[in-house]
Amino acid sequence: MVDKKINIALIGSGNIGTDLMIKALRSSTLNPVWMVGIDECSDGLKRAKSLGLKATHLGIDELLNHIEADNIQIAFDATSAYVHGENNRKLQSKGVKVIDLTPAAIGPYCIPSVNLESLMAQTEHVSETNNLNMVTCGGQATIPIIAAISQIQDVDYGEIVATIASKSAGPGTRKNIDEFTRTTADAIEKIGGATQGKAIIVMNPAEPPLMMRDTVHCLTRDEPDQKAITASVLTMIEQVQQYVPGYQLKNGPVFDGKRVSVFLEVAGLGDYLPEYAGNLDIMTSAALRTGEMLAQSLTTKPTESDVTRT
Amino acid sequence: MNISNKKIILHDMCLRDGMHAKRHQISLTEMTQVATALDDAGVPLIEVTHGDGLGGNSVNYGFAAHSDEEYLSTVIPLMKQAKISALLLPGIGTIDHLRMAHELGVSTIRVAAQCTEADVTEQHIALSRTLGLDTVGFLMMAHMLEPKALLEQAKLMESYGANCIYCTDSAGYMLQDDVFQRITALRQGLKPETQIGFHGHHNLALGVANSLTAVEAGADRIDGSAAGLGAGAGNTPLEVFNAVATRMGATTDVDIFKLMAVAEEIVVPMMEQPIRVDRDSLVLGYAGVYSSFLLHAKRAAKKYGVRSEEILLKLGQMKTVGGQEDMIEDVALNLANNQK
Repeated sequence: MVDKKINIALIGSGNIGTDLMIKALRSSTLNPVWMVGIDECSDGLKRAKSLGLKATHLGIDELLNHIEADNIQIAFDATSAYVHGENNRKLQSKGVKVIDLTPAAIGPYCIPSVNLESLMAQTEHVSETNNLNMVTCGGQATIPIIAAISQIQDVDYGEIVATIASKSAGPGTRKNIDEFTRTTADAIEKIGGATQGKAIIVMNPAEPPLMMRDTVHCLTRDEPDQKAITASVLTMIEQVQQYVPGYQLKNGPVFDGKRVSVFLEVAGLGDYLPEYAGNLDIMTSAALRTGEMLAQSLTTKPTESDVTRT
Repeated sequence: MNISNKKIILHDMCLRDGMHAKRHQISLTEMTQVATALDDAGVPLIEVTHGDGLGGNSVNYGFAAHSDEEYLSTVIPLMKQAKISALLLPGIGTIDHLRMAHELGVSTIRVAAQCTEADVTEQHIALSRTLGLDTVGFLMMAHMLEPKALLEQAKLMESYGANCIYCTDSAGYMLQDDVFQRITALRQGLKPETQIGFHGHHNLALGVANSLTAVEAGADRIDGSAAGLGAGAGNTPLEVFNAVATRMGATTDVDIFKLMAVAEEIVVPMMEQPIRVDRDSLVLGYAGVYSSFLLHAKRAAKKYGVRSEEILLKLGQMKTVGGQEDMIEDVALNLANNQK
């Protein structure tokens, strides 16, 4: 058991950062201390203050002044792929471990139900970059399914279509749309195990807003083993549901020749945005789980400096 | 209606929107035949891309017979006067595709977004303009926004660098008044030097009438395709629009009879099914559903033993937008389950 919580900072006071803050405040291993934004009027910063966090609108540089005093060990970056590189460099220089919720993909991809345990086991992998990348919301929702299929047999091609409510897509997501498709496609290959990956994102402005929908299409190399694939997909869905309770199978797996299609819906917990914004929850819940595992390793394993001292 | 002395730029869609009607299976020979004949008829702009734009090759939308690179590099060198455009939908294609199309020599990039989501096009429009390309902002499903709100989205695209903005009736849902109000709002609100375009679908048999209305309200560019080859009941049949607009005294610089010949002798024989207002495409226009859903819905209906018009109506109720082709099979599965 962890008797001491690890202090964390949240960078980016938009939809994702704010939702993550609310979830992190419930964590038994993480203690949210700072919320960093760039817009004084942002709702996220106001909420952070009202919930007792230290908040600044002066950006990452202000946070850097307080890392040691507040013993910040993990930072979650929910800004945008364009600024993540600089944020990461600054945080690393202070020895802070970084969980990246942008599609910048500096560190290794982390899809908790697929590779979190193996990432944590390879501590050198984590310490090498001290940065883990949470891919994208669409990637978090679909790559577990592609991995579940490729665990059974070779997948030549994996494609995902993520549809999110327009209201749940903040300016960062919108400016990052190419990075979304590139990063998701790359992670479909590297973590999902498909030889070739393709990702599509659609924003839908319907009112009331629609629930996040995700569709996975895989083309298997040989005839799909329907029974084994179905069982593997269902097991994987249960694993994702452990950290995203609103993750649901709507239809499938459907088999059509070598095509395997799975139709999913992701309802959020309604922490910051209403439950339609499952795209927020799947990202923040995955990042939170990753942060908690990292916190556990920080409290139970000797730190790097301990090792070098001996 | 008076459109006499108006100068209209015609933009042919056979080899892009027509890809939907051909399940993206247009051969390089067909591409060459159609494009060279359109060029010879004087059509100034021809779009050549996967039906869902650059990078559209996918399970979701269909794999084309050839890559966008192959299509573009086959057609572009053959053009004597026509320029070639490519469509790009952010979320499907990326700026990597845009650079590829630019390197192959396209003159025009049309960056398309759901009409409410113009801010996803900033990177792409800005790059296209920086590369010196004719840069079009293409606001899809434009019936879903009131004229004033549509103008706000158009202004975003204009501010990113688009020199032409399209009001795109992707569902073939608009009536003539709808077109008039939207084009008027764009003409009055955008910079005078920004061109306006209209892209129609013929689902309510209003393709030609709506396009004429658009010109009357100030549109400079009209999309259509020879023989209407396009999604749903097809695009505005370009040879018909050209004949009517010319009789009304407008100028297109496109040869009436040569364009008729392209439609009659080359495009119609390519069709896998008649492009007409059948019940399903009428439902698209009546319920405001994205036209390229048509053949996907027909296929899903057949596979799951449900009715295609029911699938399309349901997709309309769900307020689906372009790109959500995955929901067609999902809806068909639900309808099939309900029948059990």
